[in-house]
Amino acid sequence: MYLLAAEEANNPLLPHTSEMVVGGFAFLFVLFFVGRLLVPRIQKTLAERTEAIEGGLKKAADAQEEAQQALKEYREQLAEARHEAARLREEAREQGAQIKAELREEAQAEARRLVEAAHAQIEADRQQAFAQLRTELGRLSTELAGRIVGESLEDEARQRRIVDRFLEELESSSSEAVR
Amino acid sequence: MSAALPLLAAEEFQAPGLGLFEWPPLVQGAAWFNKPALFAMVAAVLALVFVYAAFSRPKLVPRGIQNVGELAYEFAREQIARPFLGKDSDRWMPLLFSMFIFVLIMNLFGSFIFVQFPVMSRIGYPAVLSIGVWLLVMYLGIKNQGAIGFFKNIMFPPGLPGWIYVLVAPIEFISTIFLRHITHAVRLFATMMAGHLIIALFSEVGWHFLFVQLTPLGAPLGLLGVIMTILLTAFELFIQALQAYVFALLTAMFINDALHPAH
Repeated sequence: MYLLAAEEANNPLLPHTSEMVVGGFAFLFVLFFVGRLLVPRIQKTLAERTEAIEGGLKKAADAQEEAQQALKEYREQLAEARHEAARLREEAREQGAQIKAELREEAQAEARRLVEAAHAQIEADRQQAFAQLRTELGRLSTELAGRIVGESLEDEARQRRIVDRFLEELESSSSEAVR
Repeated sequence: MSAALPLLAAEEFQAPGLGLFEWPPLVQGAAWFNKPALFAMVAAVLALVFVYAAFSRPKLVPRGIQNVGELAYEFAREQIARPFLGKDSDRWMPLLFSMFIFVLIMNLFGSFIFVQFPVMSRIGYPAVLSIGVWLLVMYLGIKNQGAIGFFKNIMFPPGLPGWIYVLVAPIEFISTIFLRHITHAVRLFATMMAGHLIIALFSEVGWHFLFVQLTPLGAPLGLLGVIMTILLTAFELFIQALQAYVFALLTAMFINDALHPAH
């Protein structure tokens, strides 16, 4: 064998059987352990990783979509709230105007009432003044008449009769004048 | 070897030759067990250790070495499997990823300190892989296109004028069934062998002219050898990775041709 190998060795293109056997077994060893046992493991892991990354990407896309959805909802709610606020403002303005009108009306009524009360007061004052004036006028006229007539009018009964008669005449004439 | 060199080449520079690729058995009596065989097994174990460390308990959020493993896996999936296999990629990734990692480590041994031998520069190792691919492709082709359909699709690609099939049929047959599988192995083997030879040559130059026979005239040459060795090692790292990629890529292409008739 060794001699044979030594002879063949002169031609480097001729393979030795022993080399082919050793090389073949060495490669089969690698093929079995690496190819058969280990490569499938890393293939599985790489596939899982791809899946995990794709899953992660999908999850991220979902989250993005959800966020967009939420943003849209918030915007809608915000618009709605703005609308509501505008509506409330309008309502308040209307109410304000109404209250103002009511208040004005009330004030006017109050003013009218005050004016009427003042009128009544004035009338009462006038009546009172008139009564007072009548008393005063009686006394003055009596005194005046007494002086003019010169007769004693000390007698109280006569005095009153004369005054009343005079006042009645006066009253009738004045009321006639008023009429 | 380098220990024997000063005695042998004390007088005159001798370029390294094919002897670089001949390895005596490490254990007397077990002729098959030489350095390339040992490192073929080490490569298999290293591939397992690396992938096991990365993928034994894969996490959804990768940490540490899993990141490196995933980088390699995704490179293999996107750059090797996807261009030809498309949506069938995942089904063939066990084979393609194993092949890529295994060939890559075997190649990188060429630049790995103390190992410094690309195992794939021994034709037997790429050959057994390409024979395996050949068997798989024949099986898949016959299974998916039928025994007759498979050969018919290879030998009579549609859309050519009739008379040209006289030429095309035998060429396509030989090329598709045999040649491309042979070149599949030879390409990997030859690039690894050539790279190893060139690096060995320049490091031999450096060693010889700087250490074995230091002369004023030879010293710059020796220095050049050292610099070239460093530069070419960097280049070789790239080639080693590239060839691992190409080997797996072609495997993907052959599988796709067997699954779906070309054109």
